[in-house]
Amino acid sequence: MTKVMDIKYGLSATFNSAKDLFEAAGKVREEGFTNWECYTPMPVHGLDGQMGLPRSKVPCFTLAGGITGFCTGMLIVWYMNAFDYPLIVGGKPYFSPIYPFPVFYELTILFSAFGTLFGMFFLNGLPRHNHPVMEHPKFGKCGDDKYFIVIEVEDPKFDDDETQEFLKGVGGKSIIMIREPID
Amino acid sequence: MSASTQTETETPAILKKVDPAPWEEPPLVLNNRSFGWVTEKICNVVESKTPAWWWWCFITALFVASFTGMGLVYLVSTGVGVWGNNNPVNWGWAIVNFVFWIGIGHAGTLISAVLCLLKQKWRTSINRASEAMTVFAVLCAGIFPLFHVGRVWFAWWLFPLPNANAIWPQFRSPLEWDVFAVSTYATVSILFWYMGMIPDLAVIRDRAKQRWRKIFYGILSMGWRHANNHWRNFEMAYLILAGLSTPLVLSVHTIVSFDFAVANLPGWHTTIFPPYFVAGAIFSGFGMVLTLLLPLRSVFGLHDLITQKHIDNMCKIIIATGSLVGYAYSMEFFIAWYGANSYEGFAFINRAFGNYWWSYWIMISCNVISPQLFWFRKIRENTPLVWIISIFVNIGMWFERFVIANTTLSRDFLPSSWGYYSPSIVDIFTFAGTFGFFSVLFLLFLRFLPLMPMAEVKMVMPQADPHGGKH
Repeated sequence: MTKVMDIKYGLSATFNSAKDLFEAAGKVREEGFTNWECYTPMPVHGLDGQMGLPRSKVPCFTLAGGITGFCTGMLIVWYMNAFDYPLIVGGKPYFSPIYPFPVFYELTILFSAFGTLFGMFFLNGLPRHNHPVMEHPKFGKCGDDKYFIVIEVEDPKFDDDETQEFLKGVGGKSIIMIREPID
Repeated sequence: MSASTQTETETPAILKKVDPAPWEEPPLVLNNRSFGWVTEKICNVVESKTPAWWWWCFITALFVASFTGMGLVYLVSTGVGVWGNNNPVNWGWAIVNFVFWIGIGHAGTLISAVLCLLKQKWRTSINRASEAMTVFAVLCAGIFPLFHVGRVWFAWWLFPLPNANAIWPQFRSPLEWDVFAVSTYATVSILFWYMGMIPDLAVIRDRAKQRWRKIFYGILSMGWRHANNHWRNFEMAYLILAGLSTPLVLSVHTIVSFDFAVANLPGWHTTIFPPYFVAGAIFSGFGMVLTLLLPLRSVFGLHDLITQKHIDNMCKIIIATGSLVGYAYSMEFFIAWYGANSYEGFAFINRAFGNYWWSYWIMISCNVISPQLFWFRKIRENTPLVWIISIFVNIGMWFERFVIANTTLSRDFLPSSWGYYSPSIVDIFTFAGTFGFFSVLFLLFLRFLPLMPMAEVKMVMPQADPHGGKH
């Protein structure tokens, strides 16, 4: 067997309740850590504020999608019914923003929805099927009923022993170093 | 304290401040279950050995679905004349089935989007299965207009794509609006359904033992890792999709109703159609949600997650929308009389007492009378009875579309063009088969995808509160 090398990714601490994690997250932020993350089985109310995170940027993608959809809808109707092949139907004008209302209305919603979903994927860096944190031996538990805080080695304030003590101090259980195997 | 002394001494006319009596909301998950229990319960449905009943249902559903397959093959190879459509009833069952299935879908979107915006926490345990219902119902609906065009291989002309004839779709037509409304509705429903499922698929991925499961759920879950940063963007995206789906769902049935309302035919050309169709769609959709979820609840033992409160709430929505629909029926009659248009007046007298009188009274008894039974708590708590009434709602709503489409078309302006429409055997089998097709898809959903959103159910449990109940 070849010897597998590994690199340290970060220190993980486990919490048993949303309340414990919430309080600990506040202390981690106050301590001045920057490269850290909470892992929770469901969105925890108010945790973004507690971690000092700004509002999500997803709405920008929605808006971009919506504008694209609106313009696409208007443009295809104008191009097809008024420019490329003008046709009088029922004595109505070749182009008007009223009669194709359902067309651009639906396209606005359609493109906004795509913008929202792909914006969420983009901001979350998904799809990404491998990630060092998945090497955590109990990673599956954070989808079930456990809460993790992981402070990365990358963090400027990180120190093997001190950070371990700190995580213990804020109530973290079973603190382990997540190691990412490389070969 | 100073306020109370003031009240007593200086302004005795004002009553003392009375705090409202505390109102205990019944819990949404009964028996004080843990997060682990929820995960086990929902993952087990997917992970346990395929039960025998599933196979029996699946095989039966496949068999029934083959009716649609055979009906369509026969139709395409012979011609659209194998359906009972005639002149003047050119639409026949195709439009009835289309509007019926589209309407069913609306409850799923209402539960996932509108109730999300209204912060109705009880929606969490029923929204995934209802969204699945929406997606599959829209797929069933799409079959009918697609094949009703006659030469189905030219159906792509409906889309704004360049073709050899160098002509484009005509965007002033309500049928063209339908193409955009229904295809957008199908796409956005699938996106919303899928996005909500990603965190749950990741849970199943992390629990997976077999290799194919790891790959299958791994790909579907996109590498989700429950990080707070993921949740932050996810929640925002979820809220926005709910906000987008709400005007979407209202517009879809509005545009479907334009198929009728924009035509200059008595009985169709009314402004009440859009709201009346939307209310009817939600009404029929909730009927179908109950029809599907009540058996699931007992088969999988989900009584702690789909509680009596959920059933009560759905029954109450059925009363509300059923009453709206009943109001619309009577208002149509009133306007037909008040408008003093003899053709309009005839169309409505004919609806109730003419050649299709029986369908009108089936509609009234199923849609207006049967949901009123839900006013009684005893009936709402009798699950088998609720299930039966929910089926009546479905039957009634199918007949509503039959009444609207056929009574008007079969009695045109000139008695010389009057006719009578009966479905052919091909019509009947093609429609019956769609229930099989729907069931096949729904059974596959139960077997392979999480039937309840675990993360959302956990969010409404007391353990999820980071402030320990002190808000």
